[in-house]
Amino acid sequence: MSTSRLINGVEVASHFRDVNHQYSSNKEGIWLFMVTEILMFGGLFVGYIIFHSLYPEMFAEGASYLDWKMGFVNTLVLIFSSFTMALGIYYNQVGQPKRATWALAITVLCGAIFMVIKYFEYTHKFHMGIFPGRLINPEMMAEHGHPMQHANLGMYFGFYYCMSGLHGIHVLIGMGLITWVMIRNIKGEFNPKYYTPIEGVGIFWHIVDLIWIFLFPLLYLVG
Amino acid sequence: MAIWTLLMNKAMADTFMPAQGTEIAKSVDNLYAFLVVVSFISCAILIGGMIYFAMKYKRKSANDKTAYITHDTRLEVLWSVVPLIIFMVVFAWGWVIFHDMRSMPADALEIQVTGKQWAWTAEYKNGVKSVDIVVPVNRNVKIVLASEDVLHSFYVPSFRIKQDAIPGRYTNLWFNATKLGEFHVFCAEYCGTTHSGMITRLKVVSQEDFDKWLTSESEIGTLPIAERGRKYFQTRACASCHNVDNPAAKVGPSLYQLFGKDESVQEGGTVKVDENYIRESILDPQAKHVTGFPKPSPMPSFQGQLSESELAALIEYIKDLK
Amino acid sequence: MGHSSGKSYIYEEPGLKSWFTSLDHKRIAILYFVAVMFFFLVGGIMALLLRLELFAPNTSANVGQILKNGDAYNQVLTYHGAIMVFMVIIPGIPAILGNFFLPLQIGAKDVAFPRLNLMSWYVFMLGASLAVATFFASKIDTGWTFYTPYSIRTGSSVVMMVVAAFIMGMSSILTGLNFIVTVHRLRAPGMTMFRMPLFTWAIYSTAVLQVLATPVLGITLLLLMMERVFGVGIFDPKLGGDPVLFQHFFWFYSHPAVYIMILPAMGVISELITTYSKKTIFGYTAIALSSIGIAAVSFFVWGHHMFVSGQSELAGVLFSFITMLVGVPTAIKMFNWLATLYKGSITFSAPMLYALGFMFLFAIGGVTGIILAVTAVDVHFHDTYFVVAHFHYVMVGGTLMAIMGGFYHWFPKMFGKMYNELTAQLSWVFIFIGFNVTFFPQFILGAKGMPRRYFDYIPEYEQLNKISTVGSWLIGIGFLFGLYTIIRGLTSGAKAPPNPWGSKTLEWQTESPPTMHNFDHDPIVTAGPYEYK
Repeated sequence: MSTSRLINGVEVASHFRDVNHQYSSNKEGIWLFMVTEILMFGGLFVGYIIFHSLYPEMFAEGASYLDWKMGFVNTLVLIFSSFTMALGIYYNQVGQPKRATWALAITVLCGAIFMVIKYFEYTHKFHMGIFPGRLINPEMMAEHGHPMQHANLGMYFGFYYCMSGLHGIHVLIGMGLITWVMIRNIKGEFNPKYYTPIEGVGIFWHIVDLIWIFLFPLLYLVG
Repeated sequence: MAIWTLLMNKAMADTFMPAQGTEIAKSVDNLYAFLVVVSFISCAILIGGMIYFAMKYKRKSANDKTAYITHDTRLEVLWSVVPLIIFMVVFAWGWVIFHDMRSMPADALEIQVTGKQWAWTAEYKNGVKSVDIVVPVNRNVKIVLASEDVLHSFYVPSFRIKQDAIPGRYTNLWFNATKLGEFHVFCAEYCGTTHSGMITRLKVVSQEDFDKWLTSESEIGTLPIAERGRKYFQTRACASCHNVDNPAAKVGPSLYQLFGKDESVQEGGTVKVDENYIRESILDPQAKHVTGFPKPSPMPSFQGQLSESELAALIEYIKDLK
Repeated sequence: MGHSSGKSYIYEEPGLKSWFTSLDHKRIAILYFVAVMFFFLVGGIMALLLRLELFAPNTSANVGQILKNGDAYNQVLTYHGAIMVFMVIIPGIPAILGNFFLPLQIGAKDVAFPRLNLMSWYVFMLGASLAVATFFASKIDTGWTFYTPYSIRTGSSVVMMVVAAFIMGMSSILTGLNFIVTVHRLRAPGMTMFRMPLFTWAIYSTAVLQVLATPVLGITLLLLMMERVFGVGIFDPKLGGDPVLFQHFFWFYSHPAVYIMILPAMGVISELITTYSKKTIFGYTAIALSSIGIAAVSFFVWGHHMFVSGQSELAGVLFSFITMLVGVPTAIKMFNWLATLYKGSITFSAPMLYALGFMFLFAIGGVTGIILAVTAVDVHFHDTYFVVAHFHYVMVGGTLMAIMGGFYHWFPKMFGKMYNELTAQLSWVFIFIGFNVTFFPQFILGAKGMPRRYFDYIPEYEQLNKISTVGSWLIGIGFLFGLYTIIRGLTSGAKAPPNPWGSKTLEWQTESPPTMHNFDHDPIVTAGPYEYK
């Protein structure tokens, strides 16, 4: 059953009564999906907390390899991108799709800046021999003047790469989704009555940012 | 009720449960008997009621009129509260016994038991190592469990006790055996290929016999070399994978009358079974694989775990298997 | 399938391709049905193989050895468990019967997100195919629980299997999410939450569990994957990790998953008992809320799988206590069904036989669950055949009985044909008797101390194992009769009227099979679902 009909210029699937009915259902679906995302990262946070309390020195040593300035810049970038994302939705609500396109483009750009900074952080660590788990290379670290102190330091970086990597994948997916709604926006598919995809992608992007707001202090600041 | 559960206990212990080897086993069985009786009554009410209603209210015609009863709060409360009370009783009863199980007595004889794929090894305070776990009767015994590889679980059905052995940390359990005899120790946590073969004996003996056994075991160094090899063959659990008294293969090849023969190996050609080949097979089981056996071999390497004299004793024992 | 009505969802669009691209919830349900039937067949054959191996203990001369060795046995055991859990029981009721009847029961035209629904099926099939592919790569032997550190060390395609389970979990999340929104937003006018049929309530509670619990399984499996690939060490004691933490993570999902498996079954039973005794349900509100109650409490009982795992005494006692609390809503349901039978007009057609069979077997499964929840007793029974018997009484005696009963009940609606009552009943007789012959002896085996996942056993367990194996053959025969009934029904069943059982819920107030849009006129609901007067 896939038929749909036009109501007030908006395509409404036949199992929904009207535009609002469809809109509220879609929004609920997106929020539920966000709940599962948060729960998934929640599992990682629980693991992090448990091992942080078991090996505080190891986590302190690991955190000392992270550059909080880079993390901080990334935090600012993401917060700003959340703002531009919100603008992208707002401009569509008030019927200014061109401005919305610009706001979305800036959001994607912010995502890209975030990933570039992450790329430099990662490659710097790889260069020093800091890999996750058993791949960590103490000789390479010693050569770079940072002998490994804690025998299980690999585990800290397991958490680091796992958490920031999973988050990074979400940023990439978010950038893809924003590009997708941006293209649809350029094609003029959205209007003040219908902008559900932009809003959905927006919610996703905000949650991804929110997760980073938790990741940043946990990984970079909590020593 | 006490008499009733005692009777049940007696009946069950003989037919449905393994022999009771400790006082705790008896108290577990009492609780279990109570649970079985309560379960039986509940099932009788539910299933009996169901069958009774089904028969009594069998459809007579397609136009049967049925009673319109939507709910009855008193009944709902009744069948929420009564089960809850029963659950709380058995919970508390279980807790009391569980607390006993988990409170390690201070004066216990401590035995270190290590699980390893797929054998248990017991180590006593005086250094004696044994695959059989020998304990004195009527004495508190504390088992300190460790694992060398994966999870195992130390389970003595007759004592109604079980505890996982976890690599990287110690766990423990205790018992006070009241019955002389031999009891099974199973591994109850899945641990791979020969999980079901990870069985050992727990021998409950008198205090004198225990002391005697401990002394004789510690004098093992004075035994003839092949005899010592036989002991090691037991304590290192070689016997769980290799037959020594007949040519049938178990997990690994039989060692019966093997010495001096030629074995064809998957790496090509044949190998003469001599001292060096046996030595290599023990220290590096992946070096050569006898035809017809899995590759990689499931046998763990004993590199660094056997002294030269232990190795020599084992080889001497295998030579003697005629 | 006989003559064409032209209007039913089955004939709305012709061609095989139209099935694989259909967004219709009913067609997607049929897609799941075909897939799950196939996996059930595979998992079932493996079960028979396992029982055959256990027919006799192995002797040194290899007598009684059907499977080559312990490894082969452990692999079959793992696939049997993983297939039955992830590919049969979990998707069984929600994805087949839920997909088909949830929208119909609340008077909706479809689920909230039809595209997502079809995608869920493809995601499920992708995961399932990957899981099956591991069988042809290098077989896994971890057991369906993937316990560390064994799953880190064993040299087999664990990563691939874990990815497969992760993907199937994703499908489960999407299905649950879809159902929640459907129930919240698409109910017909007048269909208040407390006028929903109890099957819908059960699917709804299940969906909540799927959405809230599965993400934790997802991250657990991801971490296990990281462990295998990078040796991160979180679960690996050699690297300072904690293997028991994996069990906590795993059971945090997998215990609620047990209720993902049983709650929908309970929903089916409510439908069957009311229909075939022509009675309104006794204690509608109590049953509906007990589903939610079970779902809520089920998140806090996971530690009862771990009484002997080395967790603290206090933790064990707490988990034991909370587990007792789950028993109460379960007891409420049982007694309410019993009370529903009172003064009814009871017919013994196949679906009702399955419902009564469910009550019989689930009663036993339930009380043995309480026995296992008592800490001191569980220490003896944990990881023995007593546990194996208990969860088969719940999962097979409970869920599978409900799947079969529900399937016969709704067969006329799904396919517009009647099944043959005689062969369906014959099938039930064999399954019911065979089931008890197979699994009741396992309670005694467990009490006598035979641990589970054993390839071989000491001779004193032989008698009971023999009985158990013979029972498994009876179950096999029973399912053959069931298969015959389905095929006969599909090929030459009589045309089904819209409401052959005189049922009151909405799905019976439309054509058999329903049209693409489910209802010719949007239904308006004015009363509860079981107004048999």
